[in-house]
This record gives sequence, structure tokens and C-alpha cells, in this order.
Amino acid sequence: METISTLPPELIRMVISAIIVITFLFLNAIMMGYAERKIAGHVQRRPGPMEVGSHGILQMIIDGIKLVAKELIIPFNVDRTLFRVAPLLSFTPVILPFLVIPFSEKLQARDLNMGLIFIVTMGSVNVMACLVGGWGSNNKYSMFGAMRAVAQAISYEVPILLSILAVILMCNTFSLKGIVGAQQKIWFVFLQPVAFLIYVVAGLAETNRAPFDLPEAESELTAGFHTEYSGMGFSLFFLGEYTNMFIVASVATVLFLGGWHGPHLPYGEYLGVVWFLLKVYFLLFLMIMVRWTYPRVRFDQLLNFSWKYLVPFSLANLLITAVVVKL
Amino acid sequence: MTFYQSIAEGLFLAFIILVVLGSLITIRAKMLMKTVLGLAVALLGVAGIYFYLGSMFLTLMQILVYVGAICIVMIFGIMVGYTPTEVAEKSIKDWRNKFLAVLSAVTAFLLILVCVLKTHWVPVAAGNRDFSAVHLGHEFLYTYCLAFELISVILLIAIVGAIILARGGAGKTAVDIPVEEKIAGVREEKGETTA
Repeated sequence: METISTLPPELIRMVISAIIVITFLFLNAIMMGYAERKIAGHVQRRPGPMEVGSHGILQMIIDGIKLVAKELIIPFNVDRTLFRVAPLLSFTPVILPFLVIPFSEKLQARDLNMGLIFIVTMGSVNVMACLVGGWGSNNKYSMFGAMRAVAQAISYEVPILLSILAVILMCNTFSLKGIVGAQQKIWFVFLQPVAFLIYVVAGLAETNRAPFDLPEAESELTAGFHTEYSGMGFSLFFLGEYTNMFIVASVATVLFLGGWHGPHLPYGEYLGVVWFLLKVYFLLFLMIMVRWTYPRVRFDQLLNFSWKYLVPFSLANLLITAVVVKL
Repeated sequence: MTFYQSIAEGLFLAFIILVVLGSLITIRAKMLMKTVLGLAVALLGVAGIYFYLGSMFLTLMQILVYVGAICIVMIFGIMVGYTPTEVAEKSIKDWRNKFLAVLSAVTAFLLILVCVLKTHWVPVAAGNRDFSAVHLGHEFLYTYCLAFELISVILLIAIVGAIILARGGAGKTAVDIPVEEKIAGVREEKGETTA
């Protein structure tokens, strides 16, 4: 009989880290869901969830149990294979980036020298999920949601990549650890404020967050591409969305806010994770505030904003950066 | 064979299966949408083979460019032009076209096979794993400049071809086709009878 000691250590390490990452994902989604509802409540001058637990703190856990217990309804005329694959497709690519995110100097699973490209790649696969889900549902609203998701993803991936390139030009590496290391003295947000702004705005669009949440605009499309999903199908989309927000925020932290750098802590190479998470959750707080403060844009405004403002500005920024770096 | 080697071999087989399965879906699927999704699966399998061969950069580029960009643009095109349940029309109807299709596919395969068998393959030096932006840019714009430019010419040809096909043949321009005919053409595609 095989005991745990005969298994290769790398495999055990992999399984343990996968469990940690998935636990973290669920915790993050629960926390973000609660924060979202509380902040939404306070922005609209109402208390938000109050009933379950003190100040409704257990509300999201109860909701999670409800979602797991719900029946997974598959409507009559959907494309069954695609309908089932879509939630998995939205969840898988958001787990993988955790492989390369440097939480602190020593807390990183793998320092790929293509780390940044790895994350961008996974982000581009994510659109596929909206698409497959929306098309497979065989429903007008889902279909419109999916089409909007694609158009949005195509137009906002360009400014994101251009703003990232400006940072790459400055530190000359794709490794996330290397990028954070280059910010020892000064964070790139001070050297590249334009790129930071463009990245954050385009990141909002990339994660389908308001004011750019057109693929799931509830007042026009019921719920957009995931209209037909119930139970765990819906929760996987929900988890995917919140994890995606976390990834976009942590990439912004790594690229612009100096990653794990901060005032000195004992065991800094491990406890840098405190500064990292503080910065990430500050950005997430901003994203939630933006959602409840600004109205949703119209679709033509969305595309115009990307192609007429973000792309030219990021191109100009890239050009200026290149010239300055060369000098 | 060690444990890790057997995992790697298993993964290699899985990627091959993915490629074959994806290609079969691409060819056999009735709906255009599924054709493109099958293509995406096949391309993912190809990316997996690059990964097995140890080139992380090629893997990521394959996924980013082919799965994340090209397939999605294709799907976007299909979504704009077709309704979800529509079945793709069979363009290869008569035997002559079928024969030509098989002939061109086999010729292309043989050409590649000859190239593969005739080339004397040199293993990439293990030390040459410099992926810095400077090195990549230098390679693209100096060492492989010609290949880079030739690819763009192929893209140009593809664009011209697409425009010609969209306008309904080499001789016609968009202005030549009267509006009534266009509407009739659309109706015909949808299977409606012109009243």
C-alpha cells in the first residue's frame, strides 16, 4: 500500500498549495461579496445586510450554502455541453495566475520569467467563458451579453497591454519578482501615473465591473451572459468575477504600487504579504466605490472611450517612456 | 521511468488527444460556432505540445494569440452574421471540389513531411533562454525580420481575399449590387421565400 511518504514531495506541495489557493478564493469571494453589499448600502444611505450575525457578517456564508443546495437547472433548448463547460471555463483561468503572483519576497509558487505574459494570457482565455456561456444558453439576453463581452474584451485588452508595456520598458523584465524588485526606491505609480490610471480604468472594463458592466447589465439584459444559470453554475461565475478582480488588483499592485514593499516588518521576506494584501484590498475598495458612485456607460461610449482616449493616450505614454528610457 | 517522466508522457498523450479531438470537432461540427470552438481546443492542444517541449514563451503566445485573440474574433464575426441555431451551409457539394480539397490538404501535409524529414534538427542550446524584452525585440527586428515581414504580407493577402469574398466575387464591387438583390440574398440565406 502506498503511504504518503512514498509520494513525491513536489506532488504533495502542489496539492497543498492548490487547496490553500482555492480556500483563499472562496474566502476572498465571501469577503468581497459582504464588502460590496455593505459599501453599496452605505453609499445609498441604508444599512445593507443586518439580519444574519452581527451586522449581517454571516450573510454571505448563508447565501453560499443556499447556492450550493440549489438545483442546477438546465433549460430545455440550451446546448448542453457548452452550457456545462462555461462555468468551469470561467473558473479555471482565474486560479492559474496564483502560480506567479508574488505575495511577498519568499511567498511565490513559481517565478516564471514570463510571469506577466502568463497572467495576461489567462485573462484573455476568460472571455471565452462569457462567450460559451452566453451562446450556449440559446437566449437573446445571454447572446447580447456575450457579444458585448467580446467587443469589450477586444477593445480594452489593447490599452491594458500598452500600459503594461510602458512598465516593462522601464524595468526590462517580465518576471513579477523582478518588477517588484525594481521598485525598491520609488514605486512606478509616481513614474508612470498615466499608465496606472489607464490600467485601472481598463482593468475595470476587463473584469466587467460597473461602470463598464455591460455584458451583465441587469436593467437591460436581466443578467447578461449568465441569465440562465442557477446554483453552482452561477456561483462559479460569481467566484470567477471576484477572483478576477483580485488578480487585476494584484497585478496593479505588482506593477505600480511596489508589491510587498512597505515600512519595515520583522521577517519581512514573509510578512511583506501584509503590505501586499493591504494595497490589493485598497484597490478593490476603490473598484467597489466606483461601481456604486458612477452610472453605467452606454455601449458606444464604452467603445469610444477605449479607442479614442485610452489607446492614443497609452500609445503616447509608451512612446514618451521609450524615448526617456533611451536617453 | 520515474514518476515525473510518466506524468509528462501522460500529459503529452493528453495533448495529442486534445489536438485530434479538436480537429475532428472542427471538421465534423454542423454549427459554425462549434467549428471555431473545436479549433480553439485543437490550438490549446498545440500549445500543450509546446509546453511539453519546454518553451513557455511559445505556449503562452499560442494561447494568447490563437485562442485568446483569433478564435474570439472569429466567433465575434459569426455572432454578428449568424443566429445561434443556424447550421453552416455545406460549401463543398460536388465531387470536383471534394477532390480538390483533399488534394490540397494532402499536398500541404506531404510538403511539411518532406521538410521535417529532410531537415537536420539541432537541439536548442540549453543556455539560450534569454527572454528579456531587449533580446526578444532584437531577435524580431534583426535576426527574423524577413520572416516577420513575410507574415504580414500573408495577412494582407488574407484581408484582400476576405474583402473580395464579402463583396460576392472578384468582378463585383459593393456599388454594383442593387439593394433589392442584396435584400433578396439575405432572405435566401435565411431560407425565406421572396414574396
